[in-house]
Amino acid sequence: MKSAVLVFPGSNCDTDCVRAVEQVIEGDVDRVWHKDEDLSAYDFIVVPGGFSYGDYLRSGAIARFSPIVKSLEEAAAAGKTILGICNGFQILLEAGLLPGAMRVNQSLKFVCKPCKLRVEDGSTRFTTGYEKGEIIDIPVAHQEGNYYCDEAELRRLEDNGQVVFRYVDNPNGSVADIAGIRNKAGNVLGMMPHPERAVRDALGSSDGVRLFESVARYALDVQKEFA
Amino acid sequence: MSAVDEKFREPTPDEIAEHKVYAEMGVSDGEYDLICDFMGRRPNYVEIGVFSVMWSEHCSYKNSRPILAKFPIDGPRVLVGPGEGAGVVDIGDGQAVVFKIESHNHPSAIEPFQGAATGVGGILRDIFSMGARPIGLLNSLRFGPIHRPEDRHNRYLFERVVEGIAGYGNCIGVPTVGGEIVFDESYNGNPLVNVMCVGLIDHDDIQKGVADGVGNPVFYVGPATGRDGIHGATFASEELTEESEAKRPAVQVGDPFKEKLVMEACLELIESGIVVGIQDMGAAGLTCSSAEMASKAGNGMELHLDRVPQRAAGMTPYEMMLSESQERMLFVVKPEHAEQAQAIFEKWDLPCVDVGSVTDDGRLRLMHHGEEVGDLPVRAIVDECPIYERAIEEPAYFREVQAADALSDPELKGEEALTGALETLLSAPTIASKRWVFEQFDYMVRTNTIQAPGGDAAVIAVTDSDKALAMTVDGNSRHVYLDPYEGGKAAVAEAARNLVCTGAEPLAVTDNLNYGNPEKPEVYWQLHRSATGMAEACEVLSTPVIGGNVSLYNEHTEGAIYPTPVIGMVGLIEHQKEMTRSGFVEAGDQVILVGETKPELGGSSLRAEVFGKRDGAPPKVDLEVESKMQQALLAAIRKGLVQSAHDCSDGGLAVAIAESAIAGGQGATLSATTELRGDHFLFSESASRVVISAKEEQVEELLAIFEDAGVMTQVLGAVGGDKLEMKVNGAAALNSQIEVLKDRWEGAIPSIMSRDH
Repeated sequence: MKSAVLVFPGSNCDTDCVRAVEQVIEGDVDRVWHKDEDLSAYDFIVVPGGFSYGDYLRSGAIARFSPIVKSLEEAAAAGKTILGICNGFQILLEAGLLPGAMRVNQSLKFVCKPCKLRVEDGSTRFTTGYEKGEIIDIPVAHQEGNYYCDEAELRRLEDNGQVVFRYVDNPNGSVADIAGIRNKAGNVLGMMPHPERAVRDALGSSDGVRLFESVARYALDVQKEFA
Repeated sequence: MSAVDEKFREPTPDEIAEHKVYAEMGVSDGEYDLICDFMGRRPNYVEIGVFSVMWSEHCSYKNSRPILAKFPIDGPRVLVGPGEGAGVVDIGDGQAVVFKIESHNHPSAIEPFQGAATGVGGILRDIFSMGARPIGLLNSLRFGPIHRPEDRHNRYLFERVVEGIAGYGNCIGVPTVGGEIVFDESYNGNPLVNVMCVGLIDHDDIQKGVADGVGNPVFYVGPATGRDGIHGATFASEELTEESEAKRPAVQVGDPFKEKLVMEACLELIESGIVVGIQDMGAAGLTCSSAEMASKAGNGMELHLDRVPQRAAGMTPYEMMLSESQERMLFVVKPEHAEQAQAIFEKWDLPCVDVGSVTDDGRLRLMHHGEEVGDLPVRAIVDECPIYERAIEEPAYFREVQAADALSDPELKGEEALTGALETLLSAPTIASKRWVFEQFDYMVRTNTIQAPGGDAAVIAVTDSDKALAMTVDGNSRHVYLDPYEGGKAAVAEAARNLVCTGAEPLAVTDNLNYGNPEKPEVYWQLHRSATGMAEACEVLSTPVIGGNVSLYNEHTEGAIYPTPVIGMVGLIEHQKEMTRSGFVEAGDQVILVGETKPELGGSSLRAEVFGKRDGAPPKVDLEVESKMQQALLAAIRKGLVQSAHDCSDGGLAVAIAESAIAGGQGATLSATTELRGDHFLFSESASRVVISAKEEQVEELLAIFEDAGVMTQVLGAVGGDKLEMKVNGAAALNSQIEVLKDRWEGAIPSIMSRDH
């Protein structure tokens, strides 16, 4: 399969995402510059973390207008697998590919630490490697990770089973302890925690590996179906 | 533009001489006369401005050069020593580590967020301008006390400095992996912010800041030049006073996003192989980078200042030459590569402007709209600043504090008193966990951090290699104050010990010398004595000094700060599996004290925190013993005989054991024998000691290694349970739940910092 990691000015987890994808998923992985306009060649697209455009306005608010985002929207509509991590999640929210918004952490401070997440759904294309209800270790590192949506939206998310990960011990004040959500179709996942930072025991956890494995397994299944 | 700006007329050369305008820029009468000699005439306003910043202590090291000459700077691994942006040390396989420490003390005193942030920005540029990819940041911070209600201003400085470092480092995507923080009265009004950056480079990519090749174009890259930071280097070279607040405009404003772009673009440029020379615009901005690059090549440079991107209309040559606007670089390429270079910066949406050319006449010529506005001799600006061998005088306090009997405090007897003292020390902000700080730093980005902040040293894996780099910053300034010579030795010894505790071989040192006004003989004595001690330790421990920074004039209305040399050190771990941590690992492991405990309580944390005394002779370091101990420990670690290792420093053996227990989440049952008084044994801060743990079946082999090296050891007992229990000479001494100790240690700073909210 072919993977892409988008690079915006100010992205700083792009290298880490490339390394994680290379480590886990067979096939090529390309860095795609934000001024490019074509993502049609890719099965899996990662929008990495960082501080796109310095996050001087609102996280992700400017990156959302980069040329590449139009083709990201097309890829989402076409059912391609899209993973937004941290600033990538914020960009997906700003682009309207996922519902809700981010506020500054309740502590008003940046928080970087290992974090326990509960897997709410083990059947998405991102999470078949996990059991529903399993507790996994994936670190967080953000200042604006306090996910917010109104009550009606939250009800929709819960009713559709779109909450994929929840914090066991909420580090930022997010609504309903939400750490990661998917879109209704299930092909777009946004999460604040960094699975690409949990891919080797030496880093403190390798629980993130199974997320990338799940994505690869899904691609393989799709391929088989077509074959 | 304001009306004031329009009305301001630059003084003429004669007015500068008559009204001694140069004195306001920190230039002495003698220096002014010398400048006139070099120029062959009276300098104009921009010329005297250029001389004043280049001849400031910050840029010229005019007061500290005789001191720096003491340090050993050579070693078999040293590829680039002091003088370039940063030192470079070979780590094998064609790779090298690049590192440097720098201070941003004065700016942080009056604008803590931006002061600290731009400190991070500056040190990053020093590293990537060498061609290296920055892989880790560390910081060494000093503030006045924060624990009392009236310490509100110190809490503000502490909180904002931490946020400033976080704001810059997190955004740029370089992990902030370690540091140290001390709170002490001596830093009231003059906090210290020292920042260290470590980078990784292939030997072939090492760059130098040289303007070679007459006729080559000189390019300016990065954001436009504004009126910020004018005379920053001069400001950094004078004492802080009540009026310093008015110098807020001398503090620059950082833009980490811009720096990220500049960094990526510069690394891409360097990788292309077309760079002749590159240097960052740090202190003294365009002046320092252009003059130094020309000087190193023995050339001259012509700059067309009207081509410099400008943030404000009507900027004068003086303002452009002296601005310290951030995130700017200067580089030289051959004319045929100019287009290729510009294309790289265009990709990153960064201005890249041809602002001049390399000349052969050894002059720095400044042009503005076709008119020559300055003509200076490069050598004189860069290399001819007078060097001052200042008067030395032993301060009166020295004999007094040395004479104090540090063993005269009433004995802390029995479990309750001793455990109480341990808890007091664990909750003292200087010793307490710095989790509140480091969780604000992204210490994981780049996914190579294999030992996170909180241990003896941070460890970063080298990508696609089995190697790892351990890094630390250290310095016990109370000990340096009480005996600069012994304290200087101890600072180097402790930094090396910290690295060895993680399984690393110490490679080299970058030092930051933070002192008071060197024109005071007592301060110069501190500088001289402590540097002598540091130099001896660097020699014996084979850790040459490859670069560093000097920050003098750290004084406030209440006097000089403690003499504070900060040692930044990097070590090499050949195999990642050899990396050791400070926490106890497994129940049943044997706990061993390595090294000799002497009755050395002078300047100890126990005396400071429990008895409120800051005197006595601090611990002495026998460098031969230190070296033998470190080599034996490293050999044992490499043989896989050591489960955990933790340096004994602030708070002595008791605190070291408690920290190993907390970090490992396991207690221990221990029993020690000693000829010392029990409280002295537990809280002495004797050097050259570590607490290690080992599997029971390996203890014999382990002890033999230390015995062969002539290093004392004492087996104290076993890891296990949820309590720390320790007897000394058969009498119960320490007894506490690990959870309780952990609460004290981890809860101290968060509870203090929640006070104002």
